[in-house]
Amino acid sequence: MKEKKITGGNTIRKSTRRWWPLFLGPVTAAFCIGFVWPFLQGIYLSLCKFRLISDAELIGFGNYVKAFQDASFTHAFWYTALFAVTSLVLINVLAFAVAYALTQNIKGSNLFRTVFFMPNLIGGIVLGYIWSMIFDGILSRFNTSILLNSKFGFWGLIILMCWQQIGYMMIIYIAGLQAVPEDMIEAARIDGATKAQTLFRVTIPNVMPSITICMFLSLTNGFKLFDQNLALTAGQPFIIQPDGSTIKTTEMLALNIYNTFYGSNSASQGVAQAKAVIFFVLVAGLGLAQLGYTRKKEVQQ
Amino acid sequence: MKKNSLAAERRGKTVLSIALGIISVIYVLPVFAVVLNSFKLNTFVKTDTFALPIGEMSAGFDNFIKGMTFGNYPFFKSVLYSVVITLLSTALILVCTSMAAWYITRVDSVFCRALYYLCVFSMVVPFQMVMFTLSKTADQLHLNTPWTIPIVYLGFGAGLAIFMFTGFVKSIPLEIEEAAAIDGCGPLRTYFSVVWPMLKPTMISVGILEIMWVWNDYLLPVLVLDINDYRTITIHIQYLKGSYGTVDLGATMALILLSIIPVIAFYLTCQKHIIKGVAAGAVKG
Repeated sequence: MKEKKITGGNTIRKSTRRWWPLFLGPVTAAFCIGFVWPFLQGIYLSLCKFRLISDAELIGFGNYVKAFQDASFTHAFWYTALFAVTSLVLINVLAFAVAYALTQNIKGSNLFRTVFFMPNLIGGIVLGYIWSMIFDGILSRFNTSILLNSKFGFWGLIILMCWQQIGYMMIIYIAGLQAVPEDMIEAARIDGATKAQTLFRVTIPNVMPSITICMFLSLTNGFKLFDQNLALTAGQPFIIQPDGSTIKTTEMLALNIYNTFYGSNSASQGVAQAKAVIFFVLVAGLGLAQLGYTRKKEVQQ
Repeated sequence: MKKNSLAAERRGKTVLSIALGIISVIYVLPVFAVVLNSFKLNTFVKTDTFALPIGEMSAGFDNFIKGMTFGNYPFFKSVLYSVVITLLSTALILVCTSMAAWYITRVDSVFCRALYYLCVFSMVVPFQMVMFTLSKTADQLHLNTPWTIPIVYLGFGAGLAIFMFTGFVKSIPLEIEEAAAIDGCGPLRTYFSVVWPMLKPTMISVGILEIMWVWNDYLLPVLVLDINDYRTITIHIQYLKGSYGTVDLGATMALILLSIIPVIAFYLTCQKHIIKGVAAGAVKG
């Protein structure tokens, strides 16, 4: 209702209206090219059999059936889910601990903040190669490699993601912690609460909004992960199934979709697009849940 | 009693400082390892990753020279294209989306609302959903060069930028623009001389988010650009490391070092803005 008052019935609105080709034109055109059209075409193609787009032939939900029957896709799904949940827990616990320590008025906290945030600016591909060198440098002493054991690949990626994301989540947590009213903590201390009691009964309930945002962010980041996965292991080690198909043991969903599109089997593009739609529904579901949740919280406050 | 607990608290803080200091050192070790290995002969990178590049292991600047001429594609060209794509895309996104956001908020027609909600929706769509069709569309429209790919970035990245700009425009009091209109400013002049300067803080936040996204992006440029002619730094590094049987790790590390030096320099000079921008983008997106 407040918006109505700001924008309704005024001179600006009337005089600006006819300028839409200039103000909205470029964005609308680019948005149609870069998003709307590819998105709609993507949904249509997921119901088609095709090699090039021009030879698309509608076949119904066959691609979706094939996608769900594909063992490598279900493997990638569970692997991604396990990865996303593990990284969510580790990143958030560690980031909160670091943020809490940095808001205790200690010496050098600005320098530490700078250092912890730094890995965030390095791109995923480069990060993957830096860490693959480090892991192989350590593992070569034991005559093995990160590419030879899927456990190494999993935990290697977890370590990489912690290194990259802790600084990011830390920033959000610091903002949340600084917003907790000082007198509330003071009051708890006067009432005789211990440090731990103050932390769990006063501080944490007050930073719940930040915690929710960070949990959603790390969950969606985990699900959407691509560059780091490609650069660190690219799905290795591979297992050949009895029926001849390959399972790439450390391949996550985004990489699985990419490999289905651009891999050796060019007849599987319809299936790849169907997988992409399933992936979209999954990620968008998480994203919309986050938006809905934060909006509900904002209304309550 | 009180004195004791104060002393204990001070001691606790010192311990905490030292502990965080040690963690910080561990935190920068990976970057340090890149520096070490970029000066090391390739054969020793895998066996003596953490040794100093001295004596027989030292490669001097050979890795840098080798890296820059490696893989049939000159490195400086990929640097040039990375810079062109990042700057053009960011400029285009800032100008176009801020104008659109102002129009959307002020005019508030049915079409504006539809566009706004579509933009918000596009923020939750993963790139894999559109990557195949987007790369084909971009190819057909000849958007596959560094000078035209900014249009693709504008299209796919419009969502977050419009979302952040509209959030800010809503907080600008209308009276300022009305005063400008009464003084005889048309919409164009009102926008560029009155609204534009006020948008500066949001411009910086959005600009930093876009720069970081475009500079580090791999999948969009590799699928959209004509890869034989145009490669960004990220694509170049991925091609060196990813597509050859025997990899020259020393040379790869030299290139990685060259590619992260500007990023770290950028970070150290605009740290405050970067952290603020990233936090703003996270809370809203």
